[in-house]
Amino acid sequence: MIQFSGLSEINGPLICLEGVTDVAYDEIAEIKLNDGSKRLGRVVEIQGDKVVLQVFEGTNGISLTNSRVSFTGKPLEIPLSTEMLGRTFNGAGRPIDGLGEVFPDRYGDINGRALNPVARSYPRNYIHTGISSIDALMTLIRGQKLPIFSGSGLSHNKLAVQIVRQAKIADSEDKDFAVVFAAMGVQNDVAEYFRRSFEETGVIQRVCMFLNLSNDPIIERILTPRCALTVAEYLAFEKNMHILVIMTDLTSYCEALREFSSSKGEIPGRKGYPGYLYSDLASMYERAGVIKGSSGSVTQIPILTMPNDDITHPIPDLTAYITEGQIVFDRNLDQTGIYPGLSVLLSLSRLMKDGIGADYTRDDHADVSNQLFACYARVQDARALASVIGEDELSASDKAIMKFGTAFEKYFLNQGFDENRTMDQTLDLAWDLLSLLPVNELDRLNEKLISQHYNPENAKRFM
Amino acid sequence: MNCIFAINGPVVKVKDTKTFSMREMVLVGDKKLIGEVISISDEFTTIQVYESTGGLKTGDPVLSTGTPMCATLGPGMISNIYDGIERPLSAMTYISGAFVTEGSAIPALDENRLFDVTVTVRKGDRVEGGAVYATSPETPLITHKCLVPVDVCGEVIYTAENGQYKVNDTVVKIKCDNGEERELTLVQKWPIRTPRPIRKRLPNTRPLITGQRIVDTILPVAKGGTAAIPGGFGTGKTMTQHQLAKWCDADIIVYIGCGERGNEMTQVLEEFSELIDPKSGRPLTDRTILIANTSNMPVAAREASIYTGITLAEYYRDMGYHIAIMADSTSRWAEALREISGRLEEMPAEEGFPAYLPSRLSEFYERAGYVESLNGSEGSVTIIGAVSPQGSDFSEPVTQNTKRFVRCFWALDKALAYARHYPAINWTQSYSEYCDDLEPYYNENVGEDFCKFRMEISKLLVEENNLMEIVKLIGADVLPDDQKLIIETARVIRVGFLQQNAFHKDDTYVPLEKQMLMMKVILLLYHKSLDAVNKGVPLSQIEAYGLFDKLIKMKYDIPNDKLSMFDDYVNEINSKFLYDGG
Repeated sequence: MIQFSGLSEINGPLICLEGVTDVAYDEIAEIKLNDGSKRLGRVVEIQGDKVVLQVFEGTNGISLTNSRVSFTGKPLEIPLSTEMLGRTFNGAGRPIDGLGEVFPDRYGDINGRALNPVARSYPRNYIHTGISSIDALMTLIRGQKLPIFSGSGLSHNKLAVQIVRQAKIADSEDKDFAVVFAAMGVQNDVAEYFRRSFEETGVIQRVCMFLNLSNDPIIERILTPRCALTVAEYLAFEKNMHILVIMTDLTSYCEALREFSSSKGEIPGRKGYPGYLYSDLASMYERAGVIKGSSGSVTQIPILTMPNDDITHPIPDLTAYITEGQIVFDRNLDQTGIYPGLSVLLSLSRLMKDGIGADYTRDDHADVSNQLFACYARVQDARALASVIGEDELSASDKAIMKFGTAFEKYFLNQGFDENRTMDQTLDLAWDLLSLLPVNELDRLNEKLISQHYNPENAKRFM
Repeated sequence: MNCIFAINGPVVKVKDTKTFSMREMVLVGDKKLIGEVISISDEFTTIQVYESTGGLKTGDPVLSTGTPMCATLGPGMISNIYDGIERPLSAMTYISGAFVTEGSAIPALDENRLFDVTVTVRKGDRVEGGAVYATSPETPLITHKCLVPVDVCGEVIYTAENGQYKVNDTVVKIKCDNGEERELTLVQKWPIRTPRPIRKRLPNTRPLITGQRIVDTILPVAKGGTAAIPGGFGTGKTMTQHQLAKWCDADIIVYIGCGERGNEMTQVLEEFSELIDPKSGRPLTDRTILIANTSNMPVAAREASIYTGITLAEYYRDMGYHIAIMADSTSRWAEALREISGRLEEMPAEEGFPAYLPSRLSEFYERAGYVESLNGSEGSVTIIGAVSPQGSDFSEPVTQNTKRFVRCFWALDKALAYARHYPAINWTQSYSEYCDDLEPYYNENVGEDFCKFRMEISKLLVEENNLMEIVKLIGADVLPDDQKLIIETARVIRVGFLQQNAFHKDDTYVPLEKQMLMMKVILLLYHKSLDAVNKGVPLSQIEAYGLFDKLIKMKYDIPNDKLSMFDDYVNEINSKFLYDGG
């Protein structure tokens, strides 16, 4: 193999070589330092005989003269095997749990390929999470990508752990169910929290972890989700398993991408993020779904912290344009002690309408969730009005709505970390809460459903 | 031999500047990836590649094809699903499996499928560009008409027998006026960035009837018109486009999924093949062409997908059909422009978008129109483009520039979407410039009252909007009864009329006649109540009749085929007010 010695430029995570021929775009290179250590890099630009390499482990310690570069002729590939469940890897897919190399079934290119829309089948069945707000109002569907938008200091990690622990797939055995966990730029404590929680709940044997901690190199951070998704696709589409991919924290990922882009000297788009941020995020988020000819599925729950709690920031904004809905945390609710403090009105599951109803959950599910959304939207109006004219001055119907709002947050949204509610419990609870309102306020429900479920007696306990 | 000199993402540079011409299609590398020349400088020819460039090397060959990027036009396009450069995605699954691979050169049309062809010209006929020389039933709904290429003009010297032919079989030979002999098959090519020629543009005087109440009555779009649907995420852009694609009275729908979700395209595929069009009794796929370039497919092909879609639409327009294009979403297309422009290191204008964004947008929207084609038939292309504003901020460049080039603007509103009011089209921010153009049509075909009712309904909504400013500050209780009545009537209009349930069998599509009767009953109740209030009857007493709530539910209670039931509503209102008002 030809080795090239001597670099012409080093800039952040990038190094430049000159006089190189026969190199392919996106190819992986090995960089040997004089002290014997090895690093990996990827070709990100070719200009004549000048090649720009992105070094995964960072360029610390590299000088223009102390390294030799050889090209592997392949894009970045990781070994794939069902034995990867229960194992821990670094951001670039190398084992860091001391259990040795993975014996591969085959190797997979981490960039993956775009799924042909014709080969997809439309996701239709739901995943039961046992969390009322999610199950009733933003139902998670198998094959969906449903991100959690949170802020620093909110309980998104706790929610993710609860989802992993309680997630049940309606018509499938647990043995088909596994979790791929990708941590990008998270603190050591957070990674440890996830690992401990997985251990305590006994799911660790079904979890494959990729860890890139906040002090690990940023280029590896760009690879981490791609490694995780390559494993997820392999397990789902070749081994017919139902895979839940949890990726945290996407904000760190995007910051890493911005850092890399600016050191490459690219023209920035909004807030300094590269113009291709949308396409880049899509190349990860779109790797979820169900395909024809395989009984497995890839479901994604990416977690991101909104900078300054701003949902219009490019990262949450572009994410929500790609994903099929979003689960949004509300700092006010969280601070009043409600767990999980989800902002019901901002949250949405786009695939929900086709995965609920008589065939999957219950016949009244769609109407009840619509009614809850509509009523809760009115709660906000009534509260805004009350803050101006005082609660006493409100009309009778606004007062009833206010009462409903408080009870809804306290009894429906709020639930214990260990509380696993069935779908029937959740929907019955919703009916009991709606029974707080006079029947003519329920404009999204038909008479048949109202006569079956509406009962003001049941609402007395919320008074 | 020309070889690759530099590679940066989807952009490839070649040192030679003499061989290539602007916008020429080229084949890049050993896998023959499809690319297009986008700039020629004194040093380099720059090429955008429509497929993933991973694995390309410097020194790989770049082949010139001598033609611009073309769409292949012929029978078999309807019901098909294509990527941005017209490669058939279903045929691709047989070759490369579930994942899209690069370099798969698959012809756009099935070359082995036999079509029943009727040749419509005779030996000795003189034909010009645009004339029909053969027809073939493409789907049970659409008869495909083969059109003489626009550069051909001369005498027919050979015609094949009527019968079954494949797309590449010669059916007609023409001796052109310049002496050249041309063999015409069932297919032809057309460069995607060039609008197809027409004889003349006609005024847009017919509405695109969609069965969606807020669109048809308040914010109509004309056949041959342009409309934009801007909205933040979760406001229902895609849902609105799906509803329009399902129910509008165009002959053919071209649905362009441009940089959007893969699952959405699958949903369109599955739903449209199951849904039966009530007018024709055939599945909706029989009139739909899908172009799917999802967000994770190569970005350059996303840029091309819009042009591919409109070229296909123009071709069917020239046969005399009415086509509606759903472009979802034009913002992703603009982002593709931005991404490629960034790779070329062009000087950015607003928010990193290239300075030519407005001219590209106007070029696209101007390809809509109601026209007389070269063969004298009338057809139209209506463009309905979704816009996804960054940060839901309508002042961003794509929304602002789109606003300048469309005549109908359906602004989607987050607050309405949160309250699950769908379609979440905000009636105060939206506008349609087609109302006046279409008034004669409505007067003639629906009734003189239609436009009068529309004005009254719009006026009530505006008045409510003004009153709500006060209500927000001091509450509704202090308003006088006549103003409370406006608020109550506006509630009926909003919930009972504007809000429409896409999942309800009757409410998902509402004929114009029912829309008019609904407006009529609502306004009747308003006027009767107003009379009574003016005579001193308290509004609470009128509300106790329960008529307002009854009207809110009439959209579900009156089936589309039993419009005579509206008479009962009129009678009930009249009888209730017999003592109060009369």
